Amino acid sequence: MDALINRYRSTLLLVIVIAAQFVLLAYEVKNEGHVRVIRVWAVTAVTPIANVAETVRGTVAGFFSNYVSLRDVRNENRRMRTEMGALKLENQFLQTELATAERAKALSAFEIRNPSKMIAARMIGAAGGVSNNVVFLDRGTSAGVQKGMAVVTPDGIVGQVVGSFPTASQALLVTDPGFAAGVISQRNKVRGVAKGIGGGRCKVDFVQNEEKVDVGEVFYTSGDDRVFPKGLPVGRVTVVKPGANSKEIYLDPSGLQSGPEEVLIILQGVHQPIPEEEVAASQVYLGTPAPDSAASTPQPAASLLTDADRLRQKYRDIGAAQNHKFGEGAIPNFNLKPGVNPAPQPKPAAPKPKPPVVEPVAPTEAEPPPPANN
Amino acid sequence: MDYSSERLFDHRDTRIFRFRAWVMFAVPLLAILCQVYLRLFFDFFKYLDLPLLVTIYLAMMRRSPSGGLLVGAVMGLAQDSLMTNPLGMYGICKTLVGYFAASIGLKIDAEQPLIRIFVTYMFFLFHQFLYWVLQRALLAQTVLFEMRRQLLMALLNAIIGVILFQLLDKLRDRT
Repeated sequence: MDALINRYRSTLLLVIVIAAQFVLLAYEVKNEGHVRVIRVWAVTAVTPIANVAETVRGTVAGFFSNYVSLRDVRNENRRMRTEMGALKLENQFLQTELATAERAKALSAFEIRNPSKMIAARMIGAAGGVSNNVVFLDRGTSAGVQKGMAVVTPDGIVGQVVGSFPTASQALLVTDPGFAAGVISQRNKVRGVAKGIGGGRCKVDFVQNEEKVDVGEVFYTSGDDRVFPKGLPVGRVTVVKPGANSKEIYLDPSGLQSGPEEVLIILQGVHQPIPEEEVAASQVYLGTPAPDSAASTPQPAASLLTDADRLRQKYRDIGAAQNHKFGEGAIPNFNLKPGVNPAPQPKPAAPKPKPPVVEPVAPTEAEPPPPANN
Repeated sequence: MDYSSERLFDHRDTRIFRFRAWVMFAVPLLAILCQVYLRLFFDFFKYLDLPLLVTIYLAMMRRSPSGGLLVGAVMGLAQDSLMTNPLGMYGICKTLVGYFAASIGLKIDAEQPLIRIFVTYMFFLFHQFLYWVLQRALLAQTVLFEMRRQLLMALLNAIIGVILFQLLDKLRDRT
């Protein structure tokens, strides 16, 4: 038995290790959660080192950049080198500050314009292998970031927080195969689910072949997933073709176009309307407006289409003939025929204006007298 | 150099290369760190799988299937834990790669650059295919396996792998 075990020791170990990992995998999939201890260890071990590396990189890169930029000047003149060095240092510093300020300003403007409550974060690492799109952000549970929160930029959605740790959080990018979000198209208001497919692209599922989606149309978040507030841009349609069961729609995600370094995490989302599509300005000839005299020419009365319209017009005429304003004062005489029995005109010379009195009107042939009660 | 089959397979190079303890700890950690950190600044790194290259190298050079599969399992699980995948996806793939790389390392001369290119190329494709199968079979994810892209990435990883292996050769102890 021992000899057998010794002989197949490595194979046995392989089977055990693979089986253990299958069990671990099944446990995670079944519980829809993570074995948090292992992940916390790994993230806590890696992110501080990444933070330190980022700081060192910034310092070293700045030092070498300045050194290289000063080298040529040093050969020309010592005094000039010192002066130029100082200027270049200052210039570079200001340029960096300006670029940072511009990015921060854009984020800030978006943050102010958008009613959602957000927090700015910086990408400090990208996790995983070639098939996954996960990044680390430098804000964690200590900053109020929780699993499930949306990550956006002014250009569009970037991803979703899928893990939150004390010092950092993990965000799944929109292009990851595990990502999904409810979307609605801007022009045709077609609803679907945007999913990542890797390779920097997304596709929109569950759109019927009968529905109309155009290339170039922009999809926005629909808010149905309760992660992304409604009205955030998702991406522009690059390919549309009919599929076996539903349309195949591929998107170019707009939030990842400029390689975001700073992002916003939505702590409390507020839904917004889908913006109307900008119609391209087309040149249409408009003639000169008609002269004023033309405007004074009497227009034919609008034709009264229904009985209700005719009745309303009749009451208006009755009211106008008796100088009566509906809703105020006494009840007008509805038996009056405006064209037949003109209303009494108030005397202009009267010392005290009297309220208009409606005189009783004798019945006409149109309205026979009431029958006598015999 | 003579790359004939006689040289490659009949006269096996049976040397086992050992590494100091700090190398066995630092190199995998560095590979994971590079995978996490350098991708931010160099887009090129997203096409590389440094943990896989390190797994292949350590497994082939140590020539111990048990050691190879353990290195692969640790590297894979570490990579999994830094992603959103369920733990074990990369773990299983890299465990198998480590085991087979060590087994093949017993039969070939793993110091020849051309062999290293070929082995790394094939193992990268094997790893990616296995990962794709696991994604579809276990996680029910509809992910495309773009053959042309994978072939190009395998070639890139193989070339970078050979350069990396030459650097790592300087860290080993010959016994």
